[in-house]
Amino acid sequence: MNIVECRGLKKIYRQGRMDVPALDGVDLDIVRGDFLALAGPSGSGKTTLLNLMGGLDHASAGDVILDGQNLDALNQSELAELRLRRVGFVFQAYNLIPVLTALENVEFILLLQGLPAGERREKARAILDDVGLEGLYGRRPAELSGGQQQRVAVARAIVSEPAIVLADEPTANLDSQTGQGLLELMLEMNEKKGVTFIFSTHDRMVMDYAKRLVLLRDGKIAEDRKKAE
Amino acid sequence: MFFQLAWRNLWRNTKRTLILVTAIVIGVWSMVLLGALMRGISDQMVRNGIANLTGHIQIHRQGYRNDPVVENSILHPGKLEQALAETLPKEAHWTERARVYAVASNARHSGGITLVGIDPAREAKTSFIGSAVTEGDYLQPGNDNSIIIGYALAKKFKTETGKKLVLMALDSNGDNASRAFRITGLFRAELEATEKQFVFVNLESARNMLGLNEGISEISILLPEDSDSQAVARAIKKRLPADEPLEVTSWLDLLPFVTAVMKLYDGFIFIWFLIIFIAMGFGIVNTILMAVFERVREFGLLKALGMKPVWIVRQVLTESFLLLVVGQILGSLLGLASVALLARHGIDLSALAEGLEYVGMSRMIFPVILVKDFVMANLTVFVLGILVSLYPAVKAARFTPVEALART
Repeated sequence: MNIVECRGLKKIYRQGRMDVPALDGVDLDIVRGDFLALAGPSGSGKTTLLNLMGGLDHASAGDVILDGQNLDALNQSELAELRLRRVGFVFQAYNLIPVLTALENVEFILLLQGLPAGERREKARAILDDVGLEGLYGRRPAELSGGQQQRVAVARAIVSEPAIVLADEPTANLDSQTGQGLLELMLEMNEKKGVTFIFSTHDRMVMDYAKRLVLLRDGKIAEDRKKAE
Repeated sequence: MFFQLAWRNLWRNTKRTLILVTAIVIGVWSMVLLGALMRGISDQMVRNGIANLTGHIQIHRQGYRNDPVVENSILHPGKLEQALAETLPKEAHWTERARVYAVASNARHSGGITLVGIDPAREAKTSFIGSAVTEGDYLQPGNDNSIIIGYALAKKFKTETGKKLVLMALDSNGDNASRAFRITGLFRAELEATEKQFVFVNLESARNMLGLNEGISEISILLPEDSDSQAVARAIKKRLPADEPLEVTSWLDLLPFVTAVMKLYDGFIFIWFLIIFIAMGFGIVNTILMAVFERVREFGLLKALGMKPVWIVRQVLTESFLLLVVGQILGSLLGLASVALLARHGIDLSALAEGLEYVGMSRMIFPVILVKDFVMANLTVFVLGILVSLYPAVKAARFTPVEALART
C-alpha cells in the first residue's frame, strides 16, 4: 500500500523577478516500509520534494497524498497537526531543542500530542534505549556527540510511530563511522518496526544503504531503481 | 514542560535576561515607592486639613462660608442633634463652634486671629486641639476667662501662660466687643500657621462676648476612617430642619486646594507610570525580539515538528510572563521594603518647611501604600508587558519552517 503518492508535482520559487522551478512534474509512489533515498546534484529538487511530502511547504501544482490525505486541501494549522502525528523529521543540523535534555527532546513530541506525563516518559525512555542511548536521558544536546544527537533526533522522529520519517542529509555533519552507525540504526528501525524512511542525500553511503534509489535531475525523476534483495 | 522550556530559554543569555529583569525591578520599585510617597503627601495634606478644625463635614448657615460673620450664625443648633443622631455612624464625633475673625492684642503686639469658641470635651474628640496643649492646661468647662493659644503666636506676642490677651471682634449687633482672657495653655500644631491663626476659648465665653445666645458658627463632624464623606453629607442634608437655611459641606469642598493637589498628584502618578512603562516596554520588546531572531531555526524546527502557531505565540508569551513575574516580585518587594523603611523614619523636609506650610504639608513625609496603587502598578506593568510581547511572539509564529530551517 502506498504511504505517499506524488502526482504531477511542481514547485516554483520566486527569486526577485525570476521564477525558479525546483520541481517540474514529479510522479512518485512510496510504499509503506520503504527505505528510500532521493539523490541528485545540488538544485535537483531533493529537499524541495522532501519538504512537500512532509507538508512543510505547498506545491505550485500537483498533489501530495500522505497516508490517504491530500496535503493541498489542508491549511497551516491542519498541516501542523498532520506533521505532528504522521511525519517524523531528522535534519542535517540543529535537530534538537538545546535547553531540553535528550529525554525531554523525545518527550516533547508526545507532549504536543497530548500524552500524559507518565506515559510520555515511559515511551521516551524505551525509544532512547532502542537507539542505544540508555543512561544518557539527562544529557543536554551540548553534552552529546554529533552521532548521539542524531540518534536522539531519530528517537524523537519515530517515538510517535509516524507514517513516514523524512531525513534531510542526516549524515552530512558526521564522520563516516558515526554516519554508518546512524544508518544501521535507521535500517534496524525500518526492518524491526516497519518505519518508512525517505532520505535526501549526497552521501554515497546513504545511497548504498537505501533499498530504493530515486535520482533527481533538474526537478524531474531521472531514475527510480529498487535494489535487489 | 512549556514552563520549564520557557524558564530555561530565559537563561540562555543570562546577562541579557538579568539586565531586563533589573529594568523591570527598577520600574516597579519606582512606581510603588513614588506612588506611596505621593499618596503619603496628599494623605497628610488631607489629614492636616481635616484635623485642622475642618473635619470631614461641616454644617453652616447659608452665607457663612462667603461671609463668616456673627450674623450668619446657626441660631438653633439644638434642632440639628436629631438629624445627626439619625445619620452619623456610631464611631463619628461632632462638635459645635463659634468662630469669628478677631484682633488679639497685648502690651507688645496686636494682630488678626480667628477666635474659636469650643465645647472642650467634644472638641477633643473631633480635632487636633484636644491633644495639642503641651504647656499649661487644656480648656475646662466653666473656665470663662481661659484662652489657649499657639506657641508661634505666643512667641510673636512675646507672651506666655498666665499672661493676659485681649480679644476684639464684632458682635451680633455689629458693635465692637472686647474681652480680656488669661492664657492658660499653649498648643503645638503640625503647621506654624495654625499656631499663629487660632485661639480657643470656651463656647459660652465666646457666645457671651459676641451676643450669640444659643447660636453657633458651625458644627464640625469627624467620621471614621475611609467613610464616604459626601454620602454622609447628603444624608444629613435630607434630614435638616427646614426652619433655618443651612448647608452641609464635605471636606472635598471645604478644602478645594487640597482636593486640587490630590487630583494633581493622581495625574503625576499616572504620568510617571506611563513614562516608566514606555521605557520598560521598549526594553521588553527589544529584548524579546532579539531572543526570537536568535532562535529562528529553533522556531522553524518547532513548526516542522508540528507545533501550531498559537502554541509558539504562547511559548514566547510564557517567557515574557516569567520575566515580568520575576521582575515584578523583586520590584514589589523592594518597593514595599523601601516604603516600610521610610514609613518608620519618614523623609525630613525641614529645609523646605516654609514652602511646605504654604501648601498645608508637614515637614516629615511618610509614604502611604494603598492596595489599589500597588495592584495598579503591577497590573499596568504585567498587562502592558504581555501586550508589547505580542509583536515578537506573533513574529516568531509567522516563520515558515522552510525559510526558518534554511537560515544558518
